[in-house]
Amino acid sequence: MFKYIVKRILLAFVTIFIVCLITFFTMNAIPGGPFAGEKAKSPEVQAALERRFNLDKPVGTQFLLYMKNLAHGDFGISAKTGREISATIGTKFKVSARMGIFAVILAVIQGVFFGSIAALQRNKWPDRVIIFVSTLFTSLPSFVLGSFLLVIFSVKLGWVQAWSPQHQSLILPVLSLAAYPAAYITRLTKTSMLDVLGQDYVRTARAKGVRSSKVLFVHTLRNALIPVVTYVGPMIASILTGSLVVEQIFTVGGLGNEFVQSITNRDYPMIMGVTIFLAVFMVTMNLLTDIVYKLIDPRITLE
Amino acid sequence: MAENNVILSVQDLHTSFTTDHGEVMAVNGVTFNLNEGMTLGIVGESGSGKSVTAYSIMQILEKNGSIKSGKILFKGEDITRWPEAKMRDFRGKKCSIIFQDPMTSLNPVFTIGWQLKEAIELHTDRKGKAAEDRAIEMLKLVGVNEPEKRIHQYPFEFSGGMRQRVMIAMALACEPDILIADEPTTALDVTIQAQILELMQDLQKKMKMAIIIVTHDLGVIAQMADEIIVMYGGRVCERGTAEDIFYRPAHEYTKGLLRSIPSVDKIGQRLVPISGTPINLLNLPKGCAFCPRCDQAMKICLEQQPPETRTIDGHLSSCWKAIEEEAAAGLIDLTGPDGKPEDTSKLAEVSEKD
Repeated sequence: MFKYIVKRILLAFVTIFIVCLITFFTMNAIPGGPFAGEKAKSPEVQAALERRFNLDKPVGTQFLLYMKNLAHGDFGISAKTGREISATIGTKFKVSARMGIFAVILAVIQGVFFGSIAALQRNKWPDRVIIFVSTLFTSLPSFVLGSFLLVIFSVKLGWVQAWSPQHQSLILPVLSLAAYPAAYITRLTKTSMLDVLGQDYVRTARAKGVRSSKVLFVHTLRNALIPVVTYVGPMIASILTGSLVVEQIFTVGGLGNEFVQSITNRDYPMIMGVTIFLAVFMVTMNLLTDIVYKLIDPRITLE
Repeated sequence: MAENNVILSVQDLHTSFTTDHGEVMAVNGVTFNLNEGMTLGIVGESGSGKSVTAYSIMQILEKNGSIKSGKILFKGEDITRWPEAKMRDFRGKKCSIIFQDPMTSLNPVFTIGWQLKEAIELHTDRKGKAAEDRAIEMLKLVGVNEPEKRIHQYPFEFSGGMRQRVMIAMALACEPDILIADEPTTALDVTIQAQILELMQDLQKKMKMAIIIVTHDLGVIAQMADEIIVMYGGRVCERGTAEDIFYRPAHEYTKGLLRSIPSVDKIGQRLVPISGTPINLLNLPKGCAFCPRCDQAMKICLEQQPPETRTIDGHLSSCWKAIEEEAAAGLIDLTGPDGKPEDTSKLAEVSEKD
């Protein structure tokens, strides 16, 4: 197990390196740059800026210089604001993660709960209602749902104030973030639960005289959650690092929003910084998922 | 057999399943007695209702299945009327069951020790360490080597035969009065099969329990059972001792089953299968369930269910052909299973058959 984790961490470095390589060259392959266009600058200023961000050197050299700094833990400064990239990411991530954690908790609890109900009440009305609603939410894009929520609850009814730095009301963005994963987990749990309920070992447990609530929560649920865990790990990573769409709609100043802006601004160091952060987060969550997987299902061997 | 010996008495049991296509009548009036310490074999092909009979006794039917009528008397008490809480105490303590496929019958995510201890702690006063000691003792009893080490292992670390031993250990840990074995050896290879059957017989002597063995394997039945019931279409078509069934079969279905056994005497000959497919339990015929597949079928077989009659050697069968033959030979004993004389008008119809 320990050997496996070390191996995975080493492999993660390779993954991150490849992510850097692709992002860096793709970013530079597109015409323009952080200081092109906009206001006219004097040639001296332009040249000084390009020197500061190494843009006067060939792309290959730029990449090597970037990687060298990165190896020292230096993400550089934003080409737009001049602030430290790592500090900016830290601040913005806190905003996204605070929102994301509520969405993750909501999605998992709702999904497992309603999924189990649907499985136990198969082909009865609770099952049909749950499956109808979850199909609706899996097919509804978050920008549609987000806009709807905003129009109905903030504009028409006025129950919830729209997001502003003074009123950071989490409820609507959390709901829009959680809707898809909750619906997906519901369907996943139902399918998996039905499969496990039909297994011989569930019958064995009943035949032993185990009470039905224990059969359900101990013998069935633990097995049924194995496929759910596989989905939840990467889902946590993608939700916590901020949604591009939901943050735009609710004007939440999180990491997702920052990412979109950095691309619009051609802020090279920021694009790299956010991309690497997302990649590291995703790789870590995948590794954690595998470890949790092993803890739930002893048949899995990590090697 | 004396009445006080009877530990389990199933009387006119009807069990059916509600499906999208209609009601599947899986068990249609099964009656039998199980005596203390004896082995009863239930034999029949797939869909004959033998496993459903076993699950009905345990009341572990699938959600869409239920006992429609009949009684199941355990030591004289009708357990079909017991509340669920009391039934939980019946399962695993008074009566245990082992299943066909040991590969899937144990929960893959818990250790063997955990699963054994769960059963022990549920039904006895042994908790914690005492339960673990009992688990080790049981594993030793069923022939699992190094039980102290193996209780910490998971089912996937056991072979099929070893898993079935674990299932037996788990079933017998609380010393039940009855063990139901639902095709216990079907999924195992032949050498392991023999070991498991021997183990069951050995433990039966040690623990003085009654066994119901459900199987489609006539070889297993011949080795294990004191008494046999042959089932078809959810009904009992013949019952008797192993000798009665194997040497003096009366019912056409039993005869067909025996003809289909491969044997060393018949090397080079084709096996004689029973033609046709098992009956559709959604739509049971008015007459004998086996009639559509029977070579000897008569008009009455289509119209009326055969009553259970006593053959001359004393065992019981439900077959119009057998009744006719015995009546013709003057051999038939007109006493039914309830001791009342058989309705002779039915016999008259037999003799008028075309």
